[in-house]
Amino acid sequence: MKPLRVGAAGREIVTVLVLASVAPQAHAHLLETGLGPVYDGIAHFALTPEDLLPALALAVFAGLRGSDHARRAIFVLPLAWLLAGFFGASAKVSLPDALSWAPLLVLGGLVAADFRLSVTATTALAAALGLFLGLANGYAMAQAGPGVRGVVGIVGAAFVVTTLGTACAVAWQSGWLRIAWRVVGSWIAASGLLLLGWSLR
Amino acid sequence: MRRYCWAAAWLLAWALPALAHVDAGQSSGFLSGLLHPISGLDHVLAMVAVGLWGAQLGAPAIWLLPVTFPIVMALGGFLGLLGIPLPGVEVGIAASAILLGTAVMTERRFPLYTAAALVGFFAVFHGHAHGTELPAGDSGLLYSLGFVVATGCLHAIGIAIGAIHRWPAGRIALRVAGGGVGFAGIFFLWRAIG
Repeated sequence: MKPLRVGAAGREIVTVLVLASVAPQAHAHLLETGLGPVYDGIAHFALTPEDLLPALALAVFAGLRGSDHARRAIFVLPLAWLLAGFFGASAKVSLPDALSWAPLLVLGGLVAADFRLSVTATTALAAALGLFLGLANGYAMAQAGPGVRGVVGIVGAAFVVTTLGTACAVAWQSGWLRIAWRVVGSWIAASGLLLLGWSLR
Repeated sequence: MRRYCWAAAWLLAWALPALAHVDAGQSSGFLSGLLHPISGLDHVLAMVAVGLWGAQLGAPAIWLLPVTFPIVMALGGFLGLLGIPLPGVEVGIAASAILLGTAVMTERRFPLYTAAALVGFFAVFHGHAHGTELPAGDSGLLYSLGFVVATGCLHAIGIAIGAIHRWPAGRIALRVAGGGVGFAGIFFLWRAIG
């Protein structure tokens, strides 16, 4: 019997099949940039609306309330986020994903209503949001591989976005611009309400 | 070759789950949501009519109506997502085009909160229709965000068109446009009932 000859193309196909079959878990939701865990964290923040939108909503809310609210928010939010992230990563503790609608609805609603709060209340809101998102991110990053360095990337990105957001809201709030911010807040609140619907579905 | 095949089959049997499906549909979810309100003329006309009416009424209605609409629309979407039936959704959407178009045509001025309540009432029907139509596999949050943003942009287009209200000829053109929306609403109603 004539032996079966495997050409170069055949070997390549088999090699590809073998390599494909041993592929590790993809973790597509935690985006591996190839640039290291810090950059993975930055990319995760930028591409995760559940993290990005509440941070933006808090930034706009604090900015609309004034510079003193904005200053508190841009430092308290990342600090609480970082601490909770470290805790979540080390203690493997998180909050249910089903609660991710809450910050969107609350903060978007506050922006839409142009609600007046004291500086202390804004600080408490920033701390609560940082703790909430930090726990979720810390746990997720520990599970996915980047660990606490991924949390550092997320918090760094959150600090930049919050600072830019508060700066824009503080600077641009006369006349129509304030109304535009409130419309954006109503969109975020509406998305939060719908996310609650998805989580209950 | 047989050895290669056996090795490939053995390794395939041990393959780990790829998890690539987790959080899939991010971009398609946003695009689906963005396109949903503009895929139906009934939605488009009603949303634009809200902006036209707001522009006619002036401040503060011009901003109160576009802020009210998305939140109450989301409430309708929430009901739809939970599977809570809302009778006559299509009739409600058609009626929104008729009444909003008529309000623009007649330059009807209701008290502010009556206007907001009227717009909010119809927003529930539009939201319910959106909430029940998420394509399978798409991201819920981004779909929601997409259709809320698209709705807001349609309001903004209506407000921009409504800016012609400051000129006499523009006022007439706006009233004619309102009449057109109203007549289109009658057609949608006939189609919904028929």
